[in-house]
Amino acid sequence: MTRGGWKFWLPLALFAFFVALVGTQLLSPAQREVESAMIGKPLPQFVLAAASPDRPGVAAVDLKDGKPRLLNIWASWCIPCAAEAPQLEALQKQGVDIVGVAIRDRPEDVAAFLARYGNPYSRIGADNLSEVQLGIGSSGVPETFIVDGKGVIRYQHIGDIRPEHVPMLLEKLREAGA
Amino acid sequence: MNTGIKPKHQRLVLVVIALVALVGAGLLAAWALRSQASYFFVPSEMQAAPPPTGQAVRLGGMVEEGSLKTMQDGVTIAFIVGDGKARIPVRYAGIVPDLFVEGSGVVAEGRLEPDGTFVADTLLAKHDENYIPRELKDMTEAQARAAVAETQ
Amino acid sequence: MIAEFGLAALWLAAALAGLQLFAGAIALKGRAGELSRLVRPVAVMQGALTAVSFAALVMLFLRTDLSVKLVVANSHSAKPFIYKLAGTWGNHEGSMLLWVTVMAGMGALIALLERRLPERTMLATLATQAFVGLGFYAFLLFSSNPFERLPMPAAEGMGLNPLLQDIGLAFHPPTLYLGYVGLSVAFSFAVGALLTGEVGPTFARVMRPWVLGAWIFLTIGITAGSYWAYYELGWGGWWFWDPVENASLMPWLAGTALLHSASVLAARDALRAWTVMLGVVAFSMSMIGTFLVRSGILTSVHAFAVDPERGSFILVLLAIYIGGALTLFALKAGSIAEGARFSATSREGALVFNNVMLSAILGIVLLGTLYPLLTEAFGVKVSVGPPYFNPVGAIFAVPMLVVMAVGPLLRWRRDAFARVRKSVIFVGLIFALLLAVLLFWRPMGLLPWLGMALSVPLAVASVLPLRGRNLGHLPLSVWGMVVAHFGLALALFGMAADSALTVEKLAAARIGDSTKVGPWTVTLDSVEPVAGPNWIALEGRMSATYRDKAESSVIAPQARSFWAPPQQTTESALLTRWNGQLYAVLGDETEDGRWQLRLWWKPFVTCIWFGGLLVALGGFLALLGRVAVDLRRRVAVRKIAARKEELEKVQGR
Repeated sequence: MTRGGWKFWLPLALFAFFVALVGTQLLSPAQREVESAMIGKPLPQFVLAAASPDRPGVAAVDLKDGKPRLLNIWASWCIPCAAEAPQLEALQKQGVDIVGVAIRDRPEDVAAFLARYGNPYSRIGADNLSEVQLGIGSSGVPETFIVDGKGVIRYQHIGDIRPEHVPMLLEKLREAGA
Repeated sequence: MNTGIKPKHQRLVLVVIALVALVGAGLLAAWALRSQASYFFVPSEMQAAPPPTGQAVRLGGMVEEGSLKTMQDGVTIAFIVGDGKARIPVRYAGIVPDLFVEGSGVVAEGRLEPDGTFVADTLLAKHDENYIPRELKDMTEAQARAAVAETQ
Repeated sequence: MIAEFGLAALWLAAALAGLQLFAGAIALKGRAGELSRLVRPVAVMQGALTAVSFAALVMLFLRTDLSVKLVVANSHSAKPFIYKLAGTWGNHEGSMLLWVTVMAGMGALIALLERRLPERTMLATLATQAFVGLGFYAFLLFSSNPFERLPMPAAEGMGLNPLLQDIGLAFHPPTLYLGYVGLSVAFSFAVGALLTGEVGPTFARVMRPWVLGAWIFLTIGITAGSYWAYYELGWGGWWFWDPVENASLMPWLAGTALLHSASVLAARDALRAWTVMLGVVAFSMSMIGTFLVRSGILTSVHAFAVDPERGSFILVLLAIYIGGALTLFALKAGSIAEGARFSATSREGALVFNNVMLSAILGIVLLGTLYPLLTEAFGVKVSVGPPYFNPVGAIFAVPMLVVMAVGPLLRWRRDAFARVRKSVIFVGLIFALLLAVLLFWRPMGLLPWLGMALSVPLAVASVLPLRGRNLGHLPLSVWGMVVAHFGLALALFGMAADSALTVEKLAAARIGDSTKVGPWTVTLDSVEPVAGPNWIALEGRMSATYRDKAESSVIAPQARSFWAPPQQTTESALLTRWNGQLYAVLGDETEDGRWQLRLWWKPFVTCIWFGGLLVALGGFLALLGRVAVDLRRRVAVRKIAARKEELEKVQGR
């Protein structure tokens, strides 16, 4: 290296600074997913009308019958919801009771979605103003909550349920039932 | 070649000039950034420690339900931005963004008047279904949830 | 089947990139005679395969194949054909595939066409191109697969963001990407030359047309993007210093600096290390800009739209490529033999000044873009906008423009200032005169005042290099420089005139009411519903009269509602005259039945984009000139070789 070679290292030093800055920003747990503050608390009171003609609507009291179940927040216009449909189907086949809440949806869209991707829900409520969604601390679609037999929220799963999440959810349900 | 500065010196002079210019640019930028960057406030922060009147800042929060009014001239609107802890009255003259509605998140660029009203030059509402203003991400949890839900 | 076919082609192309890197690296070590002959054909094959893969994705979008996740998320069967096509690249995965396609395509082109460099440098260049490509293949295949299928086909697509349903925007990303990714060639050439240590005029001459090509697309892309923001967002502004805009401006600034320093290297064999570094920096800026936009760390936070994994993936790629190239530069730059010297008053001197100023502006834009991230690390949230970028940028832009007026008049290597004194005084007088006239004409901000006063002498100075030359025999590249510099002066005039002279009027008008804005009288005739292929709108019909002219023109801004996904947009209406544009936006209806109107009279605003296009045209002329010279040289070389052979044959007998 010739004399004065230090100046050739300047660009690299500047770039290293950039990577460090951006890297800390990226890796710092910047709470990209808003976790619900409702975990461990009972469900708020609500009554939702049926979103689909062949399933009843959902009310808070329906979730306090002693049986743990999944509360699935979804919408027909949401693509990850379509992606998680097979996993919900699989959970339902294993005997899990799934209650759906359709967010800002139209009845005809809900019907089309269920016809295409199957209907794993025992009840589906229509949450046209995101009231219930906000009430239970959900910040997006899809999200899935585990509610125990007393109507207490035990666990929140943010984003679509992938095949690898199914055993974990079954385990959490078992815990909630115990 | 006998004329001209010696190559080594000339090179050094070039490097020095370039470095001076770039360092100068850096210092200037640092100074300007400190004085010209507009700071972001949520209503409770603005109430607790208001920025100097006339300084360009941004205010972010939720448009309160039922607070939106159009003035006599038909183009000036007034509404209240809140974050659950404090409420700031905002005035804006112009055509509101397409996605500006009561109960949704908004970021207003403008300045605080002596009477405590925030006069906005620009309103930024959500841009598309996947966008919320970056500054809204650390709002109080309930507000953030509401804002994110709004963008779904 | 098409999706699987496209994915297979992509995998195959990635494998070929691996082979290209391997063969190139072995050949560099000097151990592979046969293997090195593979590199060029493999690069061409790789380019062809990515093109096939991209074509497959286009096909999926045109057919609205609803079993493919990406199509469902970004398209809709009722969408007009052109937007189905544009949907291919109007999303993250598709645009990354376009990125890889352009990158491999460029690699194929240099493999096919470029024969001037020493073969070793060429192999190093192609190996670098493949190396960079590999990272993006990995990104595409492992974290952004565009061909992913849904477990079950969807009933209907989710549409394209209606804000993006616009013909200008449809073709904006590909143009910009050709520019961004085109600069990868400069990066590969620079790294290749660093590896072999062969940096000299030939290197600059070889690199220049490729950089020019990418730079032309970048210029067009930025100009078009600015015009899009101007008429689509309905805010009357044409540049917002948004991170997305800065991401396109930064590679342009670096590319502009690179073009000018390459011309010094080509003509005078000076600025070797600097040119090589700019070659690295230009494409690095493309990658950093793309990273800042794609990772979402600057623009948006959203639980599902932004994937921190993707951001981390690109950051690792950046660290490897940019960090690697800069390390190589730090190690090798000292060994690049020092170039020729020159005096400060010379063409080179002016170009060095231009380079330093451009780099300073680049640094200022980069700092301003990153500053919110920096403060956030300390828990303070800020945004940086025009109050920072405009004055701080101008501090460096104005001296640069002043030198731009003089530089082209100077001779290479060494010049006496006395030779150009007359021209400088002439241009300086115009400047001073305009400053005074504008000062008395009307009050305006400092920057618009300087800008308007500077633009006219700048335009005059830009054509001065033509003086005393035989216009018929002037090389095309000189014409290119003149046109590009003139375009820049024109754009500057448009920018300054827009900010100094714009008149804005906000009104609430009943049907039949007239509003005056600048020299215009605008009457609201009616507000009626209209329908389009996937939207309905309220359209305000207005007749606009310029001064006291009898005839009036109709303008019709709309407030549109789209239904897939449900969303509203404002469609501004423009009325263009030679001396400016009338800009109208329709707002909401007030409770008492009036309509909100926002009207602007923007004198000479169109100069901004005409200027930008002229800059691009200048680049195109220069490119034509360079290519023509190269072709002529190649023909001449071949003729000489043929003659020599003939001679030898004759002598041999």
